[in-house]
Amino acid sequence: MKSICFYFQVHQPFRLKTYRFFNMGHDHYYYNDFENSHIMSRVAQKSYLPMNDLLLKLFKKHGKDFKVAFSLTGHAIEQLELYAPEVIQSFKKLADTGNVEFLAETYAHSLASLRSKDEFFKQVELHSNKIESLFGVRPTTFRNTELIYSDEIGSLIHEMGYSLMLTEGAKHVLGWKSPNFMYCNAREPKLKILLKNHTLSDDIAFRFSNHGWSEWPLTAEKFTDWLSSLDKNEDVINLFMDYETFGEHQWRETGIFDFMAALPAKILKTKKFKFSTPAELGKELQTIAPIHVPYPISWADEERDITAWLGNEMQDEAFNKLYDLEPKIKNCDNQEILTDWYRLQNSDHFYYMCTKWFSDGDVHKYFNPYNSPYEAFINYMNVLSDFTMRVEENCQKSDSEKIIEKVDELSKDISTAAKKAVKNTRKKVQDIIATNKPDSASFDRIKELSNAKIKTLLKEIDAENLLYALQDATDEVRDKVLPNLTKTAKAEYDRLSEGIKKIRKSDIAKSRKIIAEKISRFFS
Amino acid sequence: MKVLMFGWEFPPHISGGLGTACYGMTKGLANQNVETIFVVPKAFGDEDQSAVRLVNASDIIVDSTDEAYKEFWKKITYMEIGSNLIPYVGPQEFARLVEKNNLESTGLTKKVTSTKFNFSGKYGSDLMAEVSRYALVAAGIAKNLDYDLIHAHDWLTYSAGIAAKKISGKPLVVHMHATEFDRSGININQNIYDIERKGMEEADRVITVSNFTRNIVIEKYGINPDKVFTVYNAVEPTEKEVDEVKRYVKEKVVTFLGRLTQQKGPEYFIEAASIVLKHDPDVRFVMAGSGDLMNKMVKRVAQLKIGTKFHFTGFLRGTDVDKMFMLSDVFVMPSVSEPFGIVPLEAMRSNVPVVISKQSGVAEILKHALKVDFWDVHGMADAIYGLLHYESLGKMFRKYGKDEVNSLKWDNAAYKIVQVYQSLFQS
Repeated sequence: MKSICFYFQVHQPFRLKTYRFFNMGHDHYYYNDFENSHIMSRVAQKSYLPMNDLLLKLFKKHGKDFKVAFSLTGHAIEQLELYAPEVIQSFKKLADTGNVEFLAETYAHSLASLRSKDEFFKQVELHSNKIESLFGVRPTTFRNTELIYSDEIGSLIHEMGYSLMLTEGAKHVLGWKSPNFMYCNAREPKLKILLKNHTLSDDIAFRFSNHGWSEWPLTAEKFTDWLSSLDKNEDVINLFMDYETFGEHQWRETGIFDFMAALPAKILKTKKFKFSTPAELGKELQTIAPIHVPYPISWADEERDITAWLGNEMQDEAFNKLYDLEPKIKNCDNQEILTDWYRLQNSDHFYYMCTKWFSDGDVHKYFNPYNSPYEAFINYMNVLSDFTMRVEENCQKSDSEKIIEKVDELSKDISTAAKKAVKNTRKKVQDIIATNKPDSASFDRIKELSNAKIKTLLKEIDAENLLYALQDATDEVRDKVLPNLTKTAKAEYDRLSEGIKKIRKSDIAKSRKIIAEKISRFFS
Repeated sequence: MKVLMFGWEFPPHISGGLGTACYGMTKGLANQNVETIFVVPKAFGDEDQSAVRLVNASDIIVDSTDEAYKEFWKKITYMEIGSNLIPYVGPQEFARLVEKNNLESTGLTKKVTSTKFNFSGKYGSDLMAEVSRYALVAAGIAKNLDYDLIHAHDWLTYSAGIAAKKISGKPLVVHMHATEFDRSGININQNIYDIERKGMEEADRVITVSNFTRNIVIEKYGINPDKVFTVYNAVEPTEKEVDEVKRYVKEKVVTFLGRLTQQKGPEYFIEAASIVLKHDPDVRFVMAGSGDLMNKMVKRVAQLKIGTKFHFTGFLRGTDVDKMFMLSDVFVMPSVSEPFGIVPLEAMRSNVPVVISKQSGVAEILKHALKVDFWDVHGMADAIYGLLHYESLGKMFRKYGKDEVNSLKWDNAAYKIVQVYQSLFQS
């Protein structure tokens, strides 16, 4: 029997207030409380509450035959707790039926998976903790922000311990292949992948109320017929969409609630389908092939890529400047800073800066509180500038930064020490050179001495040294020295000089050095 | 199709934006196979020839030997009427100028490239009388020529347009390049307002240069919206080469360029400058242009004690304008009421990012510009600060701005004008 898998995304960002550059340094509250509470209350009234009610009724009616999956972002939950706590209660009621699976994702609905493994892991952990504390079950299926996926992200998910994740059945990735099977990650075959059937999903999420659409109006019968007409050998049809589809994007007046109220019965009546949660499918279905996704895909826009959030100069500057703070924040335990750190990572902030839809895109205007991507960028950067100052003032340095600093310090010490050593060595070498040099100059100074002094000197020098030293010496020096020798010494000198055949230069130098040392005291 | 067009100036004899616009428009129309008879008032032989040379230094370089230009003139009949209608001058000012009999540099121009317009005062000294006299002469012309419709630009020529319509029975299109509310704020001149309203009431179609102006026409003149159409102005592509200008100051430069009148909102620029300077002293602000608010502006700058960072250049002419752009990092147009606004386009063409007021026609079509309400000096300051501090923003503007400006072609505007013409004969 073929499975139908419904998954609904619940997310609301913390929208920023108008934050001018002159707020920097003294105003550290960044959020537009009025707008955030207003939007959350409106969506709760128009969408979350009535749709939760409807689902509860359907669960009562169909028992275990009807099931759905939800993913609630951390920031959606935070804002529900703040502005519409009754919605949390109503989700708890749904959870109690056992017909609902809650999925794992990043707490901040962030793009961390594209930038930082550590931050990504941390946020998924944070999110799972939150879901478990609210609904008593820890998620086992993963879905990334905006269904962003690539081979690499898949292997991170596998590393985190998940064996199943959801993503978009992007045409450019699938080619001729059908999204209606279980696939697996190209690197980690143990990570199973469920793909969104975007045609059937978008028929409900986007086209339902479009009067220009040739299939309008869409009825439960018609939709069931479409499902029935699909290839019999396929395993699953994944209908993934924003939960706000019901009552907010498609107003109550379009008949969307009636459509959803009627749909499960119509589908079940065919006896060809059953409803399954992703986790059930993970256990039940075998993978048929790996999918290769070298570049990240998502469920956004025609392109189904990540250009809605990243790629233009502004998005990249904002994104890089934000994540440059990560090393500092890693060791931060200031709760206020951490709260802002997560809220500023919301993918929506980067989405507002997208310039792609200058040409198309009413959809985007609808979701965008700014008049232009330029305004969105300036406002975000003003906030980020203030946040950066706070991080720099308040956050302890991270280990890596500490190490780098230590290394810097050490290298400074080392270089000072080295300089000192070099200086000392140079001095020593100069001394040695000065003394070792076959310094004819200093030896030659002997001729400047008085005869009396030379006599004193000669008493201390043995004949052999003198003989060596006087080799190659100028006549002037010889004439000065030799007459001052005592007779005994002169005789000895003559005797030696006759015996000598060859004198090495080093011997000359050595002897001259010895004598020069002795001479020096007459000059000091 | 043949059009009898009443303007007040035409290149190379131009003193402001209208002449340039008329030139581009008729050229575009010629490409759409529309023939134009262009009528302008002219004080015969009395103009200061140096004035002509001065205004020639504007964007449009007319080379009459140019083949394309010759081709263009084949489709244009150009007529001048002896008159001393002066563009951009109200009746009081007109009377004063005539009385003085010899006017010095006045705020005659829309662009900062000022022109000196020496005037002999030979004709009637009352502007309204002159407008009527021009209308009579126009009627005479209208009677003897063959054409399909009449197209009149701005209030000075509306009486002529109406007269021509009465005498020929041909449909009349009036073109609002500016309203009395743009020029004078709330202290409007009732006579001019009446002429504008009458012109639009008598007209079969009204063309406005923006929806901003269209709304004024509908709301403040009570004109039937069904006959009011917006056709945005365009710019002529330019191959102007300006020599590299050396920058002698290390600070970034933020520029205002325009007449210092109530309409252009110079005081909001000063307030924004003072906010920016409080937080970032490494910026210089330049106010280029002159006008009746000059002294008041200098006083305000002194009051705010930002004089060492805020500079007045007076009028800039010709290439000095281009040099000023080359020295600028941000251009600001804080106009209180701007029917279209061509100067930011010139800045963008020089790769200068722009901040423009939402109360301008050009804001309706530009995507790669920051837009603020003219009174929102905090928003304006924030936009300026953002452009100066967040690198990628300027990069984006430089990357896309020039292309955006160059895509605003007169051929497209002329196509829309022809559609308006054709609608006259369809019903």
